[in-house]
Amino acid sequence: MNAVSEFAACYHCGQPAVDGARWRVSIGGEPRNMCCPGCAAAAQAIADASLDDYYGSRTGYAATAAGGDAPELKLYDEMGLNGDAVFTVEGLRCAACVWLIERRVAALPGVQSALLNVANERLHVRWDPADCRPSEILLALRAIGYTAYPYDASRHGAQLERARKALLRRLFVAGLAMMQVMMYAVPVYLATDGTMDADMAALMGWASFLLTLPAVTWCAWPFMRGAWLDLRRGLPGMDVPVALGILAAFAGSAVSLVRGEGEVWFDSITMFVFLLLGSRWLELDARRKAARALEGLQHAAPATALLLAAWPAPCEAETVAASRLRPGDVILVPPGQTVAADGVILEGRTEIDLALLTGESRTRAIGPGEQLPGGAVNVAQAVTLRVASSAADSTLALLVRLSERAGQDKPQLAQWADRVGAWFVLVLLVLTVAVFVFWQAADPARAWPAAIAVLVVSCPCALSLATPTALAAALERLLRHGVLAVKPHVLETLERATHVVFDKTGTLTRGRPVLRETVALGAADGAGCLRIAAALEAGSAHPLAAALRDALAASGTMSLKAHAVGSVVGQGVEGEVAGLRYRLGSAAFVAGLAGGAAPLGAGAGGTAVWLGGSGRWLARFDLVDALRPEAPALVRALQAKGKNVLLLSGDDEEAVRAVAAQLGISDARGRQLPQDKLDAVRALQAGGAVVAMVGDGINDAAVLGGADVSFAMGQGAQLAQLHADCVLLGEGLAPLEEAMRTAGACARVIRQNLGWAMLYNLVAIPAAASGLLNPWLSAIGMTASSALVVLNALRLRRGD
Amino acid sequence: MEALYLLIPLSLILVAFAVWVFFGAAESGQFEDLDGPALRILNDDD
Repeated sequence: MNAVSEFAACYHCGQPAVDGARWRVSIGGEPRNMCCPGCAAAAQAIADASLDDYYGSRTGYAATAAGGDAPELKLYDEMGLNGDAVFTVEGLRCAACVWLIERRVAALPGVQSALLNVANERLHVRWDPADCRPSEILLALRAIGYTAYPYDASRHGAQLERARKALLRRLFVAGLAMMQVMMYAVPVYLATDGTMDADMAALMGWASFLLTLPAVTWCAWPFMRGAWLDLRRGLPGMDVPVALGILAAFAGSAVSLVRGEGEVWFDSITMFVFLLLGSRWLELDARRKAARALEGLQHAAPATALLLAAWPAPCEAETVAASRLRPGDVILVPPGQTVAADGVILEGRTEIDLALLTGESRTRAIGPGEQLPGGAVNVAQAVTLRVASSAADSTLALLVRLSERAGQDKPQLAQWADRVGAWFVLVLLVLTVAVFVFWQAADPARAWPAAIAVLVVSCPCALSLATPTALAAALERLLRHGVLAVKPHVLETLERATHVVFDKTGTLTRGRPVLRETVALGAADGAGCLRIAAALEAGSAHPLAAALRDALAASGTMSLKAHAVGSVVGQGVEGEVAGLRYRLGSAAFVAGLAGGAAPLGAGAGGTAVWLGGSGRWLARFDLVDALRPEAPALVRALQAKGKNVLLLSGDDEEAVRAVAAQLGISDARGRQLPQDKLDAVRALQAGGAVVAMVGDGINDAAVLGGADVSFAMGQGAQLAQLHADCVLLGEGLAPLEEAMRTAGACARVIRQNLGWAMLYNLVAIPAAASGLLNPWLSAIGMTASSALVVLNALRLRRGD
Repeated sequence: MEALYLLIPLSLILVAFAVWVFFGAAESGQFEDLDGPALRILNDDD
């Protein structure tokens, strides 16, 4: 095997893999390189099921497989899924995935059918409950590299799905009715006097009536219902004039038809209904896409814990749902897992990561007898814990409740828009009645047409159609750029925001240490030392270990293998690499093997990790929680737009000040508890500020709920995402800048649309009121105006 | 022009037929997954 360090793509996921790496799988008779044990396991599972045709027919790489066993999947067996269920599958890339998944699941014993819906990434499986369990299906999918979880219809947009189905049918019927009625209407408009006899006109009129009837009674039903609800609330919205216009025009036309004289406007009515439904469709589609992206973020397997039922007698740990834990239970917390409930450590020393809980960027050493808060992540060694309070009363749950309270007091902007709309509608209705009364006195024959023309022409399209279309287009653009807007008011509020508040750890910084510098102390070069260090840390869940491994992977150097590795909590690790003993960790720990004092002091800021062999010091690794590379530019851009940038963090003052200084943020506060952050934002709001908040941790959830508009990092805590208005998908802050730009563009388009609508109404309403416009002319004017406004809004989708 | 007395009712029947066909298709899930069939056709399944 050659030892030349050389890149090769992982055969499964396409990530860089080292040639001659540890993980190889034979596929189609040829050994292939894999980047990680996860991909290797997935590829092996695919090959073992003789499904390796997948690799031949795919057109894109698979997602990197997570691999590993997942005992928590067992909990899905208790969900009462019985023989027929829908699962959401993540990581679909190409046609071959569809084939692979369906074949693999169908091959499971007891599975009767498996059908994958590619459009919404859902897998519908029927199975025999006697022979197969849901967890086996999920495990089989996990084994070939796809994350799946049961689709919970009641939680995720089932309502949106139903609304979409109903709307599609209404839209289709309205479109068909519109086209056909237009067919009948055109000859009537084109025929010169006397060329069309009365019987023919009546026949066409009645045919139009028959087609318009379902359009008015069934297709336009959502508007009728909306209007009725608005009226009962006493707050007339846009649905009221829409419904009144449709009904009045229909009643007027029907009367004319029966009497055999006067105008009919069936064509205008069907066109109007179709256009309105079309704009609803666009809006619903954008919301549906966002809902689906959100579903992927929040699926959260039920939190689990490893219960030691017979402790202190030796026993097998049993996986149970965290909600079943009671005070006094003893649980095992393995490294890499989140602590399920508050408790006291019984056995074991470890280090815990509180970054998501408090914003603290360094891990903390902890030992027997000490309190461990629920929500902390164990990063070093397994510990046993006596549960002090049930999961529902744990630190985590208290933070959830704080966040929920904060969310309830959110400023309600939407109501303002509603009130303005209602006012517009009232004026319009009064005007319509006035016009009708005036013409009734002056020229009764023109009273109906004029009144209907006023209702239809003003068809508050700019307000009821243009603004939602602009928002839908902008939200779609945001989603494409990795910003998931959960609440509809995001864009509007972001544009008006005066203050932008950032969290530090995980938001402005990466939230995990990154190797900044390797200082070689002896004869060995830095790169060689890094290989040894990464080999020693290969099995550790500690963030510092991950940083060293990442640094090695980024340098593309081949990794080594360490033997006889043992670790001392809070100190470091010791092990053999290529037959020599090494220690990696704190200076005092390494001195035990290397002898003497460290030849250098610790570097400034961050954490220093030392590497030494027997009798010699080798290297010092400086690790810092590095700023995200895009953060300085973002802060400058925000300040250039005249927004005040603040930094509120739970980390200690010194670390916060250092970051603030690098970014040019003058107002930075450290040691902020969740309540402090919320109070700070409330104080700003009391002073009239509109506050945008960006955060990632559980400790940010409350303030995210309380800010006027809030963004959660996609890789942060789910709790934070639940309480934010917007989630930045992917890594980094870059999408936030795009969100600011889109908010600006969206506000501009809405202003243009409103300006146009105002101008159009100022000209068209008086014309209609004075009887110059008949309904079909006003319908064309309305359509042209709507089309202009919608096209203007759609420009937003294009921007990159 | 007399043909229109036949053609117009006929057009109504055609519209009704189109709606019936569309509803049937929607009911049977034809519009649920517009991307999948295009991908599936590439794999001949034994």
